[in-house]
Amino acid sequence: MELRAREQNGILVVHVQQDRIDAASAIQFKDRMREVTQDNPACVVLDLSQVAFLDSSGLGAVVAVRKALGPDRVLELSGLTPSVQKVFRLTRMDTIFRIHPSLPDGLRDAD
Amino acid sequence: MPTDNRPVRDGPCPAALQLTIPGHAEAVSAGLRALLDARLLRALPDEGRGTAELVLAEVLNNIVEHAYARHSGEIEVTLSRDAGGILCEVADTGLPMPQGVPPAGQLPPLEGDNLPEGGFGWHLIRSLARDLEYRREGGRNLLRFRLES
Repeated sequence: MELRAREQNGILVVHVQQDRIDAASAIQFKDRMREVTQDNPACVVLDLSQVAFLDSSGLGAVVAVRKALGPDRVLELSGLTPSVQKVFRLTRMDTIFRIHPSLPDGLRDAD
Repeated sequence: MPTDNRPVRDGPCPAALQLTIPGHAEAVSAGLRALLDARLLRALPDEGRGTAELVLAEVLNNIVEHAYARHSGEIEVTLSRDAGGILCEVADTGLPMPQGVPPAGQLPPLEGDNLPEGGFGWHLIRSLARDLEYRREGGRNLLRFRLES
């Protein structure tokens, strides 16, 4: 599971550099997220713009990451592709997570 | 890329295809890719193809996780086009559905500190598939549903 994490303005932006978070990769995703968030950032933005496919296991993994961060830290999502958006909408998880259409200006990659 | 020795039957007329997938997680990932690359599903518009991928993934993963929880076996997937869309027939020799019916797929309650991490699969299947039927026959689970084409 390829993740790239970068801290900027006190916010940890995590780019998922893989096109699926599914039953086969959900555990790896959770493990990698635990590694990149171990310095306890107050706010994590998960950039899902490269993720074309997320199933219920992938959704469960994103929820688990949010829960692992605890009540004092925030997980927000960004750049949901249409099919990922659909999973969040159908499960009403779009009412639980703050979802940005794309990364806010100050958090975009320089490259 | 089919995952077993039987190739995808996907002739010049993209009306039907059949694939046998070993009932474990890695094989399901590869089998799903093979199904999505087959002509019948490649011909769908992006949204329909995305829906097909999601429903098939949920159905196949459920079989691996629940039907084949105690023993292993194969999953036979047959897709064909009919007037109502794409007819999907999925058979396995695993444990029967609890109470002999597929789960209702009711969304688990979403509450503040104790968000559910599972229980979404059947909700997604029932939201996106049509004409869902299940029966147990001769030690096999037979699930049928339609996807809009």
